[in-house]
Amino acid sequence: MTAETLPPPSTVIGPGAWLRRNLFSSPLNSLVTVVLGAAIAWMAIGIAGWAIGEARWGVVTGNLRLFLVGQYPGEQVWRIWLSLAILSVLAGISAGAFGRVTRTLAMTLSATQLLLAMLMLASPIGAVGVVAYAGNAALVWVGFVVGVRGHAPRRPLTWAWVVSLPVIFLLVAGFAGTPFESIRSNVWGGLLLTVLLASVGIVLSFPLGVLLALGRRSSLPVVRILSTGYIEFIRGVPLVTILFMADIILPLFLPGDWRLDRVARAMGGISLFSAAYVAENVRGGLQAVASGQVEAAHALGLSTFRTNLHIVLPQALRDVIPANVGLFISLLKDTTLVTIIGLLELLGISRAVLAQSGSFGASLEVYIFVAGVFFVLCYAMSQASYRLERQLGVGER
Amino acid sequence: MTADLPTPGAGAIPLWRDLRVLRIAAQVAAIVGVGLLAAFLVGNMLSAMESRGLGFGFSFLTRQAGFEISESPVPFAATDTYGRAFVVGILNTLFVSIVGIVLATVLGIVVGVARLSTNWLVIKIAGGYVELIRNTPLLVQLFFIYFALIQLPPVAEAFALGSIGFLSQRGVFLPGPGMAPGFGAWVVFAILGIVAVIAAHVVAGRLEERGQSSHRLRAIGFAALLGLPVVGWFVVGGALVFELPVRERFNFVGGLALSPEFTALLVGLVIYTAAFIGEVVRGGIQAVKRGQVEAARALGLSERQVLRLVIFPQAMRIIVPPLTSQYLNLTKNSSLAVAIGYPDLFKVGQTMSNQTGQPVPVMILVMGTYLAISLVTSLLMNVYNRRVQVIER
Repeated sequence: MTAETLPPPSTVIGPGAWLRRNLFSSPLNSLVTVVLGAAIAWMAIGIAGWAIGEARWGVVTGNLRLFLVGQYPGEQVWRIWLSLAILSVLAGISAGAFGRVTRTLAMTLSATQLLLAMLMLASPIGAVGVVAYAGNAALVWVGFVVGVRGHAPRRPLTWAWVVSLPVIFLLVAGFAGTPFESIRSNVWGGLLLTVLLASVGIVLSFPLGVLLALGRRSSLPVVRILSTGYIEFIRGVPLVTILFMADIILPLFLPGDWRLDRVARAMGGISLFSAAYVAENVRGGLQAVASGQVEAAHALGLSTFRTNLHIVLPQALRDVIPANVGLFISLLKDTTLVTIIGLLELLGISRAVLAQSGSFGASLEVYIFVAGVFFVLCYAMSQASYRLERQLGVGER
Repeated sequence: MTADLPTPGAGAIPLWRDLRVLRIAAQVAAIVGVGLLAAFLVGNMLSAMESRGLGFGFSFLTRQAGFEISESPVPFAATDTYGRAFVVGILNTLFVSIVGIVLATVLGIVVGVARLSTNWLVIKIAGGYVELIRNTPLLVQLFFIYFALIQLPPVAEAFALGSIGFLSQRGVFLPGPGMAPGFGAWVVFAILGIVAVIAAHVVAGRLEERGQSSHRLRAIGFAALLGLPVVGWFVVGGALVFELPVRERFNFVGGLALSPEFTALLVGLVIYTAAFIGEVVRGGIQAVKRGQVEAARALGLSERQVLRLVIFPQAMRIIVPPLTSQYLNLTKNSSLAVAIGYPDLFKVGQTMSNQTGQPVPVMILVMGTYLAISLVTSLLMNVYNRRVQVIER
């Protein structure tokens, strides 16, 4: 036995070996690598040349305010900044207190706002916007430090989130007779409207979806048939048709003097649509709860209502959180469909911007910007969902 | 002492705590509630339609449509009925969906397998594609592709794909099949081939039950399936002719012409759905236990046999249900056609609704059709699913 440690053979580790194993393991593989590498390099050079040289990014930065908030009155935009500040602090504290998944989301929020602040530098909004967004990005970190140091209790924090959503909604929508004057939803637009549609959609569809899922598993035949019928009907038709119903047909079905504005109807349509998908997710979770749990609860004398509330739902909902994050991602992407019924969310306002004479022919730049915004939001959420899945150990028990 | 206790029997439980009574009451309440809501909504709708002097009904379907449809697999003119316009919409939706499903499956399998490649670059490219496509909205992708397509050069300066096809802002032009005079006779040969392979399959099954060898019979069946159409082709002297698109002054004639709207929708749906199918395929292959592959190798199966006999059948069991929902998603997503102007079911329905002032009957038809398509697709995929699932003995 020799005490001397031999150096590792150079064919097994090191960059050369890595290349050989992963890129040039066989003649065919080498050919694939060379051809694909050349193609990618050629494309990258072409795209970079276009992006730096020819692309007119001024169309994006020049209309940045439209992209972010639509025609929301300029002197009231501080209310959106205030809402974002509330979100930033809450996200920061949560990241400090809960860790892991919320940390990914808080970092994304901070990074996104920092990016927006940088875009503001090039836009006519100027210094105020830069300060507002950069400040909010910093608030996330302030909240984070508070969360880590303060050992924020979890329950109040959860309640703070629940309360913050209606508060933010009121802040954005306003109320006649208060300093926050009422702002009609027909001027809401851009990313603001996108995020509001998606958030309201998920918040409203979740309880409805849980009820539908319970209804589908009910022992009462009528309730079961009604719930199943609703779920299968909604899942069988495209969202566009539901939005069309909400936009054109719903006013016909309501008494003539009931007036619901278009944004509210779109929110309703999106919520009713995604409730059916939430229901199917939740049903999967309900099925995974062992029947012994229900039997034990009944044996202890809990009513069906209490059994569901205290025993079944907590176990079922925990399992379906990742699936529901996935649903939220598709909901966020699906909000672009309200463009078809004429609302000016991020994609709709881009089409409006492109119709202006000054931005003629800048479609690629604008669509790339819109796609980029969605990509950042959706990718961050999918990463968070992926981590959450591993953290909860779904499918490992 | 027992006299103080209530006597067991019908009167023991008060009505409002009797589970049987409560269950019936709850269901009656549910029916009445839903019924009242429906009556309220429908009543409002009927009176609203009446006050507009329109009434409610499907009689408009037999009236003259009065609008043109930009592309249709069957002849359509503005003088045709609304009913025929609606059928054109259904056919267009089915056309783009079926072609889309086939292409998305092929591309999806390629992407899914590529993500499991041994080549690092291939893995990264496939992974980047999947993340990029899945995390951006389909509608943005459609607008992007459509815009890129109509930026192509005009007909006079169209890109030539070799010498057989052209790309221009008027669409994509490819060689298209046309029927030769002998097409009908050739179809007879093709049908004979199909009959032969089915007959061989049935007889071979019987032989196998009796423990006899059936390899040769099956081989003959397949030879007939492939050989008869080939023989027929030469007998009738060619059943199909491929027409090349020919450039004329303002457009191309002959061959297969795909409009920019159709091309954008098809390409968008295929690229989008393939990213999801790729993940389904990857998940299915990864879910096959390593031990299965190792055991198969230990038994001396070749790599191809391992793939064909061990991995593929087991992966299919996992793949088929999520694949079904991707097919359904593609079909439903084809309704985004309205945004770029391809006359699909929804787009035609929207035009009909605007022209007739009858949005409710039109939407009943449109949604009913989508539901029917969804149900039939689920049904077919369930039949297939039952075939690939484990038969427990």
